Amino acid sequence: MGILVRLELLKTFRKWRTFIGFLAIGLIIPLVHVAFKLEGGSAVRSVTRALEGDFFLAGNLFNTYFITQLILNSLWVHVPFLISLVAGDSLAGEATAGTFRLLLIRPPSRSAILLAKYLTTLLYTASLVLLLFALSLGLGVVLFGTGDLLVPGRILTVLPEALLPGRMALAFALALAAMWCVASLAFFFSSLVENAVGPIVGTMAVLVVFLVLGSLPMDLSAQVRPYLFTSHMNVWQSAFADPLPWDTVRTAVAWLAGHAIGFYLATWYIFARKDILS
Amino acid sequence: MDTDVILRTAGLGKRYGNRWAVQDLNLTVRRGEVFGFLGPNGAGKSTTIRMLLSLVAPTTGSVELFGKPLGSARGDVLRRVGGLVERADFYLYLSARKNLEIVSALRGGKDGVDEVLHTVGLAGRADDRVKTFSHGMKQRLGLAQALLGWPEFIILDEPTSGLDPQGIKEVRELIRRLGTERGITVFLSSHLLGEIEQTATSMAIINRGVLAVQGRVRELLEGGDNVVRVRATPWETALRVAEGVAGTPALRVEGDAVDVPLAADRVPLLVAELLRAGTAIHAIVPRRSLEDYFLAITEGATDIAPRGGRGTEG
Repeated sequence: MGILVRLELLKTFRKWRTFIGFLAIGLIIPLVHVAFKLEGGSAVRSVTRALEGDFFLAGNLFNTYFITQLILNSLWVHVPFLISLVAGDSLAGEATAGTFRLLLIRPPSRSAILLAKYLTTLLYTASLVLLLFALSLGLGVVLFGTGDLLVPGRILTVLPEALLPGRMALAFALALAAMWCVASLAFFFSSLVENAVGPIVGTMAVLVVFLVLGSLPMDLSAQVRPYLFTSHMNVWQSAFADPLPWDTVRTAVAWLAGHAIGFYLATWYIFARKDILS
Repeated sequence: MDTDVILRTAGLGKRYGNRWAVQDLNLTVRRGEVFGFLGPNGAGKSTTIRMLLSLVAPTTGSVELFGKPLGSARGDVLRRVGGLVERADFYLYLSARKNLEIVSALRGGKDGVDEVLHTVGLAGRADDRVKTFSHGMKQRLGLAQALLGWPEFIILDEPTSGLDPQGIKEVRELIRRLGTERGITVFLSSHLLGEIEQTATSMAIINRGVLAVQGRVRELLEGGDNVVRVRATPWETALRVAEGVAGTPALRVEGDAVDVPLAADRVPLLVAELLRAGTAIHAIVPRRSLEDYFLAITEGATDIAPRGGRGTEG
């Protein structure tokens, strides 16, 4: 399995497509930071102005943690898109290129090759999310410094600075769980077709439809909401709640992991039996 | 168990929807043979090869390699097989060498990359991306990956397609040498009778997914009496009876004549069956050529009766 994963990593990280994600994050995050550096003071004041009547706000509230927390909202759509670019290509790309005929006439079983491809997809996803966190926090420390974290929401929460490295690590782990689930969905779609466009569009369509379905102000929406994996994608927000809602976190992670495993098993069921006609 | 048998298929068949791409195929390839698998385009050659290499699951029947079933001993037997299926495709963004290293690692080896590159004359371009290769060079690289590790058995699907005359000559020469110098058994598909004649020692002809004839190339092509022309009325009945006796598809040629591949010693049986079916026999003529027969099915100029199910055995 080690050799197969190494081969998949080699193929993945020699592809131009793989670096679109890193490049996009590497460009967008510095841009957001610079924009906040130039204009952000006024933006954050507009948030805090309403509070200043009732509260006394002290210290550096406009810090790296605050910016990173805002940037994490890209986990809804932007990052999933970048993930599906690669995850959706994992199997479909080999079909398009005709290289299944090179790969699947060799001793390793289809199950082994599929697992290697899945692990590689998860590793790529992890590296992308890690870059997002590391770049945002790192750049933020340089440009804005650290401080307590003001968490916007129905209840005003301020997390003390001492807690934040741990909370950020937790947010990273939870974001990763959500993104792995998205990657698994794109990977599943990738087994169905012979071109990566379908899986990318399919993944985004499912995300958007599920997100809308889960947020409609109707009874039906409330009923289906707990069953949609997208309703648990925002579990990283729990990392900034006080106290930590462990029950919510556990439930969400269980749902995300369950979906990811389900997607993988469905992929395996299809791929192990598939006639390779490409 | 006959240890000399490298490949045996038994009742191998593949159905896509309600169309049979390959039906009831029984092939035997022995050690040291260059086995030519001849058929017009769309005859089921590639589907068969895909089944031999586990890309496509058979609907019926089984594949045995080195006496072991492909279904349950897949990893074991594919380690001893090299293959090139249809057009040679590669990871275009990687170098020729990297592509071969990937294939080599999948086979559980590492060495021999330079040797096979040299064999197919690509040593000078080893570190160029495959993207920059011409079709002919990709096809050579396709041969190179099939040769990696010098497996006991190599399956090549139309290896000369798209090559220039010089390339075709070289590849055919290479295939012959694989057999004579390295003792590698080769399974080679082609739609060109001449190619099989030049390179193969044994052959099978497949048409519309059904095996038409199988044997030593020399005996088949020089025997002279392998195809029998029957003139009998009504020709429809004659055709059905002929197919029943031969176990392979027959062809209607010019009016009421029907050509069927049949060994000379089975002609009396054919006559008896034709009489029993109540046809009026005008003539039964042995014809030389498997070549004529093959040309006829290749050109598709004549009717080929659809075979009704698989009820023609015996």
